[in-house]
Amino acid sequence: MAPFDAFETDRRTFLTVAAAAGGLALTYDIAAAAAQGQEGAKIGAYLTIAPDGTVTIVSKNPEIGQGVMTSLPMMIAEELDVDWKSVRVHQAGNNPAAFGRQFAGGSMATPLHWEELRRVGAAGRSMLMQAAAQQWKVPVSELSTEPGFVVHKASRKRASYGSLAARAAALPAPTKEHVAALTLKDPKDYRIIGKFTPQVSSPQIVTGQPLFGIDTRLPGMVYATYEKAPVFGAKVAKADLEAAKSVKGVRDAFVIEGGSELDGLLPGVAVIADTWWAANKARQKLNIQWSEHPTSAQSSTGFAAKAAELAKGAPARSLRNDGDVEAALKGAAKTVEAAYAYPFLAHATLEPQNCTAHFKDGKMEIWAPTQLPEPGQQLVAKTLGIAPENIIINMTRSGGGFGRRLSNDYMVEVAAIAQKVGAPVKLVWTREDDMRHDFYRPAGFHHFRGGVDADGNIVAWDDHFVTFGEGEGFARSANISPNEFPGRFLKNYRLGVSTMPLGVPTGPLRAPGSNAIAFVVQSFIDELALAAGADPVAFRLKLLGDEPVVGGPGPGGYAAGRMAGVLKLVAEKSNWGEPLPKGTGKGVAFHYSHLGYFAEVVQATVSADGSVKVDKVWVAADVGGQIINPAGAYNQVQGSVLDGLSEALHQEITIENGAVKQANFNDYPLMRIHEAPPVEVHFLKTDNPPTGLGEPGLPPVVPALTNAIFAATGKRIRSLPIRPEMLKA
Amino acid sequence: MPYDLNVNGKTHTVDVDEDTPLLWALRDSLGIVGPKYGCGVGLCGACTVHLDGQPARSCSLPVSAVGAAKITTIEGIGENPIGKKVQEAWIELDVAQCGYCQPGQIMSATALLASNPKPTDADIDAAMSGNICRCATYTRIRNAIKQASGQPVTKEA
Repeated sequence: MAPFDAFETDRRTFLTVAAAAGGLALTYDIAAAAAQGQEGAKIGAYLTIAPDGTVTIVSKNPEIGQGVMTSLPMMIAEELDVDWKSVRVHQAGNNPAAFGRQFAGGSMATPLHWEELRRVGAAGRSMLMQAAAQQWKVPVSELSTEPGFVVHKASRKRASYGSLAARAAALPAPTKEHVAALTLKDPKDYRIIGKFTPQVSSPQIVTGQPLFGIDTRLPGMVYATYEKAPVFGAKVAKADLEAAKSVKGVRDAFVIEGGSELDGLLPGVAVIADTWWAANKARQKLNIQWSEHPTSAQSSTGFAAKAAELAKGAPARSLRNDGDVEAALKGAAKTVEAAYAYPFLAHATLEPQNCTAHFKDGKMEIWAPTQLPEPGQQLVAKTLGIAPENIIINMTRSGGGFGRRLSNDYMVEVAAIAQKVGAPVKLVWTREDDMRHDFYRPAGFHHFRGGVDADGNIVAWDDHFVTFGEGEGFARSANISPNEFPGRFLKNYRLGVSTMPLGVPTGPLRAPGSNAIAFVVQSFIDELALAAGADPVAFRLKLLGDEPVVGGPGPGGYAAGRMAGVLKLVAEKSNWGEPLPKGTGKGVAFHYSHLGYFAEVVQATVSADGSVKVDKVWVAADVGGQIINPAGAYNQVQGSVLDGLSEALHQEITIENGAVKQANFNDYPLMRIHEAPPVEVHFLKTDNPPTGLGEPGLPPVVPALTNAIFAATGKRIRSLPIRPEMLKA
Repeated sequence: MPYDLNVNGKTHTVDVDEDTPLLWALRDSLGIVGPKYGCGVGLCGACTVHLDGQPARSCSLPVSAVGAAKITTIEGIGENPIGKKVQEAWIELDVAQCGYCQPGQIMSATALLASNPKPTDADIDAAMSGNICRCATYTRIRNAIKQASGQPVTKEA
């Protein structure tokens, strides 16, 4: 389900050195083309050691709050063998030739870098040891390191990395084979990896220093707003540009023609002023009239009606058809039929979309809070006719990502504005712009039929998924995998889809696909457990079966044994099965996504008025044998869980007349502190490489909550968000 | 028109329209960017500053309404011993994820501790519920407030 399967980094590596300011600059090139002397290979520095021993490590990927600016450098620092206190971290710019793919998405930073970045550190250590060996005229094999020092035990010599850096920089680059053969540390010797390490930017965060895209300030900078049509892609028919220009402080107002691609530059009106407030005020005077647009009749209620109609018929196409579902349903001891639905969702990053650009002498320099810098560069190049090499992208910290900043619409907007303005210009969207011009988690509809036999086994599963798309294509993030659980675990399993066309932009939201599919699948499993008269945990363990890996070997395999492990652990930690007061219930669910195995239990209490209080959440997670940074790991899991609860309890984007109805946090509420339950997190360490934590904690909590509500009330939530009127006594 | 603003102990003059929210005068006119824009209507708390020690939402407070009040922003809150303790607890417990809301959270937490040195969970919920954290770092916000107030903190693991 990972949306970034296509992002393959080339794992061949080599290292080179270059003298830099009297220190060692160790560079690491991920591009195999460079190793082979082919074109396009450039070298980017990862590591600089100053004479005073200060180590500067470059963090290659965008930081959006997932903690990579700390956790990735920790991997390098560990194997370099330095004191974390001597490490400074520097944010890279967009430079894929040096660093390979630079992105924040798919919870991929840990699995993609675990091996490579430790080897970057180990290679640096190896070169410093060689430098010491030369200086002392002893074999390298007699040397060892202590944090920041090379040591020769026999002669009791010690030399700081800072003192060796210049000599190390003069050495030939270690070969790929040499680097691959280096022995990495035994995890029991780790001094940095696995230790609670606060984010490197914390001192700036807590003192309000400029870090985020919206904090960008350049000499002579002006400010912009950009108004687009409520109906996505509608063109500007008329706008009172002169009225806007008459507002004090306004420099210009102009129409941008734009195109029709929903993830590109859409038509709109830009207002440029000396202050953002003036631009925003002037915008109210534009009195824009938008052209008619073919999608202006679309609505959420219309989609629901169409989905219900489609669900009555056969799916337009089959994605998987194992065994004979119809015969199995006929032979089942009990059958269950249920229709589920979930709404569109917005990302609502707390930092609204914004971007700063300066177009000068044919070059576009951009300061962007983005999860995907390189495609942003390509979008700007294609849209504005600027050569990619003339587009420089500086990556700022992002005030939240959640998948929103995988789209670079705001980047191409500011670039188009900057091209006209000349001066540096900062575009800042209002919250309302942000809510109404997102790439929404697509709504979806599942019509299930299932059957159980007399022994409590699932004997048939049929899912008719009505989603968005046209022809064979799915709208972005509206797809489903033919291997989606419990596919491959059942003899008689069928998954079919029908699609509806959509004029609303969609895209990945934290744990895309999974954040909705876990809800419907794990809820329907609960319905079948009830039909079988079985305990929800025991029923799930039986479904997972005894095979350790189903559908393997290979990356597509589902490690059922690992899932059973976390399911048993969460049952134990949550004291599953304990008696609870009336109106209180526990629910369980699990989901595999982003290479992580997660099982969760929610305890919830439902009042007579239908309001839901989540009492506590227990999480058991298997993300391999090593947590890189517990400080970030627990925070990510707790945050994912609360994010999922926030979606389930509060959130819905409604389409009316082709446009989004919600505008701000009054009608699109986010969870607040008084609603946040304790989240107890347990990591089950297994002998597997470490994987990411930005996303996989989210999906199971939604069905764990709705299953808990069923346990508390006997009422089955089949449509999100959960509303009190669904649960009134 | 010009307004004199006392920000973090220094007087600055800003020349803006009277309806300009304090937030934008701070951010765009004075380059004090710690207070953040999140919603523009006082719903999220990212823009929280203190006026004479009391938390205020600078995004919906016109600069003309500030008068002679002493404005403290996240950039200046470390001068206050309580503010400094809160900042230190925030780092030590690694509260932030993206960090965007945290200046506002710290301003609200400092105001809470100034009036209530040993807040209970319920006190914390009441005082902090106007500050949204989109990353939902609420468990650690609670713990950091307790730590800054010298109360025991439950360990996560």
